[in-house]
Amino acid sequence: MTAEKVIKVKKLNKTFGKFIAVNNISFDVKKGEIFGFLGANGAGKTTAIKMLTGILSSTSGEATVAGYDINKQRNKLKENIGYMSQKFSLYEDLTLKENIRFYGGIYGLSNKQIKQKTNEVLERLNLQKIENTLISEIPLGWKQKIAFSVAIIHNPKIVFLDEPTSGVDPITRRQFWNLIYQATQDGITVFVTTHYMDEAEYCDRISMMVEGNIKAIGSVEQLLVKYKSKNMDEVFIKLARNNENI
Amino acid sequence: MIKIENISKNYNNVKALKKVSFNVKDGQLFGLIGPDGAGKTSLFRILTTLLIPSEGKASIDNFDTVKNYKEIRRIIGYMPERFSLYMDLTVQENLNFFATVFNTTIEENYDLIKDIYQMLEPFKNRKAGDLSGGMKQKLALSCALIHQPKYLLLDEPTTGVDPVSRKDFWEMLQKLQTKGLTTLVSTPFMDDAELCDEVALIQNGEIMSIDSPKNITQKYPHKLWEIITLNNYHTLKILDNFTNKISAFAFGNAIHLACSEKTNKEDIESFLAQNNIKAKSIKIINPRIEDAFMELMT
Repeated sequence: MTAEKVIKVKKLNKTFGKFIAVNNISFDVKKGEIFGFLGANGAGKTTAIKMLTGILSSTSGEATVAGYDINKQRNKLKENIGYMSQKFSLYEDLTLKENIRFYGGIYGLSNKQIKQKTNEVLERLNLQKIENTLISEIPLGWKQKIAFSVAIIHNPKIVFLDEPTSGVDPITRRQFWNLIYQATQDGITVFVTTHYMDEAEYCDRISMMVEGNIKAIGSVEQLLVKYKSKNMDEVFIKLARNNENI
Repeated sequence: MIKIENISKNYNNVKALKKVSFNVKDGQLFGLIGPDGAGKTSLFRILTTLLIPSEGKASIDNFDTVKNYKEIRRIIGYMPERFSLYMDLTVQENLNFFATVFNTTIEENYDLIKDIYQMLEPFKNRKAGDLSGGMKQKLALSCALIHQPKYLLLDEPTTGVDPVSRKDFWEMLQKLQTKGLTTLVSTPFMDDAELCDEVALIQNGEIMSIDSPKNITQKYPHKLWEIITLNNYHTLKILDNFTNKISAFAFGNAIHLACSEKTNKEDIESFLAQNNIKAKSIKIINPRIEDAFMELMT
């Protein structure tokens, strides 16, 4: 069985003046996969994600996301992806229910669909009691789960998560990953960045960016063997440190 | 010494800190470990004299944080979570600025910041705003050290920082400790706790435990097993029905399973086998800070 590829990247480049932020990267992400996109600060991850989500055009190379060209079919692309960043894009001065309705509307769901989705989200997160509470009054851990549910409200083919669990307590962090697994069972592909290396180990495959290049790619097991490491933390440090004791 | 006695802080109806007490002894590297919203930043703002507690009192080097705020500001270096750097000034201009504010010069205090500043030197004419996260963090630390403080207060210095820079940063803190600095540092990364002399675990404004990292993990009350299976997500669900289970959490590519004392390896194996799960490995392990933290939370 050859799995469908929801992200195809070929020799993608982005330069800012003389600075090469993303240097000829190529990789694929398969449908239903949890793909961990790792790298040091300043390695080019954010620039790459901006290109893949249709926010920034590439300097050269080509890529399709959910079947759409990242430069030529940006609107179609955006309709078919979800995005959640470390600074959640929820409106603090709207209630939980209003936020869901707002995002449902943005993604073109009908009133009937919005109603159904609202019930679904509230039930799944068990937050019916606070549906009329302002987001600003909701604890961080819950907000994170809400932001994720809102990011996939339109059943996108793929969802991009940029450091989604930064700062939350260890139990909430694990509950968040359960939501991620659930989403993949519904066929959604997950593209995630994180600085928690135990979370990297929850991914099906991982790529590691160093100075604009993808220096390694593979399953956790493959990387551990290849870099003779006992965990991803070690792999990360070996790859990110240049030529040191490897 | 940093002395915190029965500190509470309320914001309207929100109780951010509830009767928090602990001491940081001179020369210690002390970690305040807890998630966002636990009250860490409120406590830092009280200690750095930027916020007045609703109840209780705190002192640094016997100076009261309310009455003697001016004296305290001279002896502490403070690095807030959002680094207080001037993004439109260069690396060197930032450092110069902070030195001037404290009536000193870079040269006078170069010894303390030397190791850190050397890593920044190639970029000394670059604007702070154009530095990578790891470099910004190093510059912010240099600025907090430029007046040779006795006490260093770092509020989540490693949030959003990659594992390599984080490791470097902790090595810098340990080095500073050898120069006699007392450091209070907060972090949501449980693994960082293991590098401190003593830690306070904080959640919902309350201290859950204060001890050395070693003692905190030793106090963990259950037998802890590490299980590796092909599909840990599925295994975790199945383990919900394991009667000997006290708790089960994913930990990277493994599961940490806390069981009742009498449980042995065969019990776990046979339970998994009944559910058609074959374990790649099952073994007893020592708990980590994160295990202890989750145990205290529940």
